Amino acid sequence: MTVWAELILRVIAALTAFLTLPLVVGQLEHKAMAHMQGRLGPMYAGAFHGWAQLIADGVKFVQKEEIVPADADRPVFRLAPAVSLLPYLFVFLVLPLGPNGLVAQPLEIGLFLVLAVVGVGVVGVLMAAWASANKYALLGGVRGAAQLLGYELPFVLSSASVAMAAGTLSLPGIVEAWRPWWLLWQAPAAFVFFVAGLAEIRRPPFDMPIAESELVAGYFTEYTGLRFAFFLLAEYAGIVVISGLTTVLFLGGWRGPFDDAHFGWLWTLLKVFAVAFVVIWVRVSFPRLREDQLQRFCWLVLVPLALAQLVLTAVVRVAL
Amino acid sequence: MGIPGGGLAKGLAVTLRNLSRRAHTHQYPDHKPDLPPRSRGVIALLEENCTVCMLCARECPDWCIYIDSHKETVETPGAARARQRNMLDRFAIDFSLCMWCGICIEVCPFDALYWSPEFEFAEYDIRDLLHESDRLREWMWTVPPPPAHDPLGEPAKEVVAADRALAAQRAADAARDEADQIRGEF
Repeated sequence: MTVWAELILRVIAALTAFLTLPLVVGQLEHKAMAHMQGRLGPMYAGAFHGWAQLIADGVKFVQKEEIVPADADRPVFRLAPAVSLLPYLFVFLVLPLGPNGLVAQPLEIGLFLVLAVVGVGVVGVLMAAWASANKYALLGGVRGAAQLLGYELPFVLSSASVAMAAGTLSLPGIVEAWRPWWLLWQAPAAFVFFVAGLAEIRRPPFDMPIAESELVAGYFTEYTGLRFAFFLLAEYAGIVVISGLTTVLFLGGWRGPFDDAHFGWLWTLLKVFAVAFVVIWVRVSFPRLREDQLQRFCWLVLVPLALAQLVLTAVVRVAL
Repeated sequence: MGIPGGGLAKGLAVTLRNLSRRAHTHQYPDHKPDLPPRSRGVIALLEENCTVCMLCARECPDWCIYIDSHKETVETPGAARARQRNMLDRFAIDFSLCMWCGICIEVCPFDALYWSPEFEFAEYDIRDLLHESDRLREWMWTVPPPPAHDPLGEPAKEVVAADRALAAQRAADAARDEADQIRGEF
């Protein structure tokens, strides 16, 4: 009985984090992007600098009509937002927040599960694109599939590098095995992982599948109301997931300058929001990559870099 | 061609610098705008100064000033015959036609028209933009006092003339004192 109670409590905590952290990151994006562009951003919802803007947006989306195009494949059209969103929820279940088992489910193959479920996101993209009966959505979806399939490889290779370094696939185990000098050793892998992660969540400069100026909104052009909100939530949840994974795999997770186990969760959150800030920063600073540039960067820069990192990790691992 | 990735780093630095700066945006209407002293908001009428000379109405390029008047006979004691004065009956400005050029204010020789910085007089009906003299008078209370002279500007002609006269007076006094002193020695 206590085992079930603890399990339910952990899952509820992970679900709560899944619903709140993306809102915080979304709010951070609204304000940081606004000030980087000389604007104020949200100022009214919530009265103090618009802290409740994302909640107001949620209420707005709930009120909107959910329109399904006449020629759309209705069941696939309706399931696509859920398929896009659920993988990130599953990642939240295995992301460790702090030491001493502060994780919903400390799987021994946590990293393997993370890479597998993140790969499912491409299915949601293709479902939305194909079922929309819209040529621009289809173009966006096919672009998204090409991008996700391409960047999956450096994503997995860089993760394999840090897993080899730690000698385990367990995410808490990787944090336990982490050493500060890994910041130098695994720096290329961290760079590859972060960039490939940006492409996985289709954030600028890797937002070719969305491409407002060319494809309206890419694969979710035809989505309105709550389904559109799900795609938006998937985007922000993706930021939290990529930031969390980068923190856990390459930045030492809950490890801070002071060895105080009580504030491990705080260190994890600080690092996650710092990486999320970098994601937002990159969005404001760089234009969108063209399709050929995007694929070229993946196969000619990231993949060789990840492979070289694997070789380096293997050599250092054998030497020590 | 500099370091590879130098342009990317420069872009990131620019956006970070912009983040550290305060946005120039003011949240109107919560934050009232800081208007300069000579803002052209709405035209105010000082009715007592108006002599119905019709210069403003005539010079207005949009013909949006409407003036009506009648003549009254004023009996002055000791005068050979009675005098006639123009009495103002109506003074209206149609702000739906006005283009805020300010010619009427410049051309008025009796300072009856002023610029008020108030600009929030939008109406739901365009006919309500015709401001009669009572409403133009209400704007008069919002006219700011004239701004102070520029400390580095050219001094006023009156001040220059007064200073010059004072200097001449002092020179004459000095000369007379010197003559008295010489006469006293002898």
